[in-house]
Amino acid sequence: MQSALISLLNGVTYGLLLFMLSSGLTLIFSMMGILNFAHAAFYMLGAYFAYQISTYVGFWPGLVFAPLLVGVVGGLVERYGIRKVHRYGHIAELLFTFGLTFLFEEIVKLIWGKATVDYRIPFSLEGSLFTLFNTSFPVYKGFMMLVSVGMLVALYALLTYTRIGLIVRAALSRPEMVEALGHNVPRVFTWTFAGGAAMAGLAGVIGGNAFVTEPGMAAALGPIVFVIVVVGGLGSVVGAFAASLLIGILQTVMVSIDYSVLDIAREIGVKLPPEAALTRLSITQLAPIMPYMLMVLMLIFRPRGLMGARET
Amino acid sequence: MITPPLVTRRRLAVWGAFLAMLIAGPLIFNKGFALSLLCQIGIMTVFALSYNMLLGHTGLLSFGHAVYYGLGAFSTVHALNMHAALPIPVTLLPLVGGVAGLALGVIFGYVSTKKAGTTFSMISLGIGEMVAAMSLMFPAFFGGEGGISGNRVTGAGLFGITYGPQRQMYYLIAGWGFLSVLAMYALSETPLGRMANAVRDNPERSQFVGYNPQRVRFLMLVLSGFFAGVAGGLAALNYEIVTAETLSAHTSGAVILMAVVGGVGQYYGPIIGAALITVLQIAVSSVTQAWMLYFGLFFVGMVLYVPGGIASIIVRHERVWSAGLLRRLVPTYLLATVPALVMTAGVVAMVEMAYAIVDSIGYTTMRLFGVLLNPKGLGPWAGAVLALVVSALLLRLAARAIGARWQDVNTELLTREKSHGDDAGAAPVRGVEELRTGVDHQGSESRSTSG
Repeated sequence: MQSALISLLNGVTYGLLLFMLSSGLTLIFSMMGILNFAHAAFYMLGAYFAYQISTYVGFWPGLVFAPLLVGVVGGLVERYGIRKVHRYGHIAELLFTFGLTFLFEEIVKLIWGKATVDYRIPFSLEGSLFTLFNTSFPVYKGFMMLVSVGMLVALYALLTYTRIGLIVRAALSRPEMVEALGHNVPRVFTWTFAGGAAMAGLAGVIGGNAFVTEPGMAAALGPIVFVIVVVGGLGSVVGAFAASLLIGILQTVMVSIDYSVLDIAREIGVKLPPEAALTRLSITQLAPIMPYMLMVLMLIFRPRGLMGARET
Repeated sequence: MITPPLVTRRRLAVWGAFLAMLIAGPLIFNKGFALSLLCQIGIMTVFALSYNMLLGHTGLLSFGHAVYYGLGAFSTVHALNMHAALPIPVTLLPLVGGVAGLALGVIFGYVSTKKAGTTFSMISLGIGEMVAAMSLMFPAFFGGEGGISGNRVTGAGLFGITYGPQRQMYYLIAGWGFLSVLAMYALSETPLGRMANAVRDNPERSQFVGYNPQRVRFLMLVLSGFFAGVAGGLAALNYEIVTAETLSAHTSGAVILMAVVGGVGQYYGPIIGAALITVLQIAVSSVTQAWMLYFGLFFVGMVLYVPGGIASIIVRHERVWSAGLLRRLVPTYLLATVPALVMTAGVVAMVEMAYAIVDSIGYTTMRLFGVLLNPKGLGPWAGAVLALVVSALLLRLAARAIGARWQDVNTELLTREKSHGDDAGAAPVRGVEELRTGVDHQGSESRSTSG
């Protein structure tokens, strides 16, 4: 029970990190109709940029500058890549961003090598924040929560209370009207894309050292972020939030459960053949496929996702 | 309306030539390496064409096609290993893979083809990842890290065909490959194949004429799964080992690369892509470890500048060639070749020098294009950057010149078309833009998310 509470907290931390990625993805999607396949690659770039900056001047400048750099990369990608393929249709856009994931991964390997880089938690954030039933909760996890919640509040405020947010929201639903009122909608798109990339980059800065910074990190996280967007409902930021937390918590908690299907069956009094491969699976082993299972079930029973306004 | 005849002289000639090529292939390329390369190309051709049934014909961009290929391969290798209990002749084993792919297509197709477009792509990715993750959970079926191996020689075969020698394996692949290519082509000519095109171009309208787009997509996915499974079955027999790698996102990515580079707008496009990418993969990966990066650059470049793939280039030039206007274009093409080569050399130099720095700390010289140079030196880097920038600018100018020539040629074609308006043999002239893209039918479906 004690460890369950801690893994719940860990799950919330992970879920919030996932939301930093999925919110940007879903925002870009609902605005431009582009599913950015390379979104997780921006997460990876954030981690690597922060690592590089931290080797010169330490962690804190990296926290600020790495996301900005990633945002610049994102803006360039939108301006010189996506805008060009846009006229060839959605499939070309998807293919382009799909190719970018390949390219970013290889470029990262080229610059930083194929092995894991030593991107560490800053010394000032080491140690434990509090101890709960003999299990400690690290300071850094708390810091991650703080950063992600802070970013989300800032994003919400920006979209709701500022003039920029007003234009962005208007461009979301009525781009032609916004254009007629004299706003440069393509530029709004570029800024949104850059903003989404920067948010993913920030997630990379705080996630890269908590987990691992290696060339495969984008490929590992990318599909899960997509699943979140589908489960939450395409284009729904609130849905993405709920799905992020759900998947973050489920995956973290499942990893820490040492039961197998066989054990559970025994607990409830059902006898299963112990030698069958399916019954010997432990819950921990099921954790990696859980998000995809959830997605398939969601598509069968509720195709519009948790909060989607329309069927996906 | 008069239905065009099914068997025309032209079709007979094309398919006959294809068959003759398949039969004669190993007589020319009879060395061990060349023969196994041909086998690989054959397998990938079937796989890439099955993929194009979705992307090119139905407009469904799948990121998880390796599921059908990989599970087809695993089913085949298990059927091969159960030979004592279940004596299916090896010749027919690829069908086991096909049936497995078909069955999976029914299951996953039910979930994924409810919607087209971006949603379909995401779901296919999720299903692909799910199956890839499962492969590590069930080592009994997937063989864990080592994979499952089999032995395709199951005894003295009919007429002494044991499939022991690679050449016999080649003819098995060629036989199934030819049948599959023919069957997929025939399918594209059936009402189902035509409706798939209609669903791709305008689902609402196909609904108005009484077809259910969801059902058409489902059927195409199931059939595509079948042929992918056949390709997987051939791969299982050819390599005699199947690993979890066959199910991975890497395999799905490879088939996308082949189809897109070859061109999804023409039936033969993926065949070109499969052959080209297979050869390049072996050739480039043997000389440099940065080959994945080059493939990524190649792919992104194709998507940006030649979205219709190599097949679209062929289609455009075929028309110009038959009008006798190709020589107007050749000089500008030759002019563009020089900066294009220099630019490629610049990129390659930078990538290779960077790899030399990352990989081998300490050694100071490397051989590049036959020249010894220091990868950490300022000179080589400055040279590479200069070559890149200058050639990029020149290439831009050359591209403009090519564009002007094309405009010329197109106007000429249009005027000729007008003066021979009643000529039954004249091909319809399409607009430049349409010829450029080859996939522009997706362009009409703009901004699906307003509101």
